Amino acid sequence: MTEILLASIVIFTLATFLGVELINRVPSTLHTPLMSGANAISGITVVGALLVTGVDHGWISMALGFLAVVFAMVNVAGGYVVTDRMLSMFKKKPGAR
Amino acid sequence: MPLALTKLAYLLAAVCFILGLKWLASPGTAVRGNRVSGVGMLIAILVTLANQGILSYTVIAAGLVVGGGLGLWMARTVKMTAMPQMVALLNGLGGGASLLVGGAEYLISHAEGRTFPVDSNIALQFTLLIGALTLTGSGIAFAKLQEMMSGRAIVFPFQKALNAALGLVALGLAYWQVSDPNSPLWAFGALIAIGLLLGILLVIPIGGADMPVVISLLNSYSGIAAAMTGFVIRNDVLIIAGALVGSSGIILSQIMCKAMNRSLANVLFGAFGAAAGASTKSAEGLTVRQITADDAAIQLAYAQSVIVVPGYGLAVAQAQHLVRELADLIEKRGGVVKYAIHPVAGRMPGHMNVLLAEANVPYDKLIEMDEINSEFERTDVALVIGANDVVNPGARTDASSPIYGMPILNADLAKGIIVMKRGMGSGFAGIENELFYNPKTGMLFGDAKATLQKLVQEIKVVS
Repeated sequence: MTEILLASIVIFTLATFLGVELINRVPSTLHTPLMSGANAISGITVVGALLVTGVDHGWISMALGFLAVVFAMVNVAGGYVVTDRMLSMFKKKPGAR
Repeated sequence: MPLALTKLAYLLAAVCFILGLKWLASPGTAVRGNRVSGVGMLIAILVTLANQGILSYTVIAAGLVVGGGLGLWMARTVKMTAMPQMVALLNGLGGGASLLVGGAEYLISHAEGRTFPVDSNIALQFTLLIGALTLTGSGIAFAKLQEMMSGRAIVFPFQKALNAALGLVALGLAYWQVSDPNSPLWAFGALIAIGLLLGILLVIPIGGADMPVVISLLNSYSGIAAAMTGFVIRNDVLIIAGALVGSSGIILSQIMCKAMNRSLANVLFGAFGAAAGASTKSAEGLTVRQITADDAAIQLAYAQSVIVVPGYGLAVAQAQHLVRELADLIEKRGGVVKYAIHPVAGRMPGHMNVLLAEANVPYDKLIEMDEINSEFERTDVALVIGANDVVNPGARTDASSPIYGMPILNADLAKGIIVMKRGMGSGFAGIENELFYNPKTGMLFGDAKATLQKLVQEIKVVS
């Protein structure tokens, strides 16, 4: 097992526990926005997609990379914007109609 | 950009995600949290684009514009009732993106005759399998939610055995590819194919009522797939962000399971709602008391306290705005209106809250189950709109009921009950509901929207 892998496993484990701590006491009102917001974060794969696409390794990897960028960007843009839209509905003060 | 600086910028992005999630979990700071997390994503993307390894920008630009544009369009046009489908779709695309990145990495190294180091090869196998499974699993969830296919659980003989066998074959293929650098290309293809197939097979036996759990779980998978991709391309921000999403998805699935008093394993493998004949109690010999909008309007107009129990039927009918109008009229007459929200009301966690917020119902009137259950006894009218299983007293009393033990809203304890429903059909879980035969219950049949409109008009003329 390499040093780098070990470091990555440490990071992964700590981040998992951190995630549990962050989310544990969420009021049910926020479950849906939280999920779509978290969903947007999982679009971080876009970083991998950009790296694959940008380095010219022939058309197959380019095509796969392009699709990956599209998929991940729909996830990112769609996730953040729809979450913002939902949260803005919660923000209205009670009584403001 | 020097490597150290790049790494620090990625770290900054990760910090934004962590802060973003933390703030997203609390009502006062949620908007800020989502935006901070978005800034983190922007930083990650910009830093990657500034990476010296990137040679050609045209394809990237095209991908960013097409994907970003599509995402924006979806986010702006999607109806709030369709949020579960949208999240399912986004989960699937996230998993699909991880699958594509992993697949491209493999093909590149294969074409160049390079071999993967063992550790990133293991991660690669997981990326391919989980990514593929998330892609098709979410596709099925989307189709069920969009009602492109039946919401009923689809079961066939030896289903679990088949899934287990496929899982074992997938693990075998993964082991082969990791241990033998010269493993053929078809092993790679077969692994992906099995992943895609497993995604379908694992979701079809899960009934429509359990979709909130499935979506949460797929959300978690899309995070884990991203983290695995991070192991493959050795990028910490993917690992951190993926792990955060992975754990948050798991927690939401657990909350949902708890709200239904079932284990995650039971939801995933129990094929709940497969057979319509699941109920042992027959409704024969019992009669329902049908009432008119007139009767209901009078009952509501003179009520001091009303608890609205909204279910998915309300959302489907897009009637949440009319409910608020009705509530306003009752309050104008001096009654108090509250909303009882079951944790699994709607089709994804917290869905009902979003729908009512869209209709400008103040969120301090949305009361969670544990808090409001003691109030039903003192309430004049419980108005059940398009909800069924979450108010089924059988869950409390009938040990033979499939939903026995599930926490429910005690609508049956209210002094009067009005149930608005399209017809006498059973709910998602396919179970008979004895609340409808309660002598205190008046059944108001018809489309929720049309009936509410009538109610609003009638209540205006009650003097």
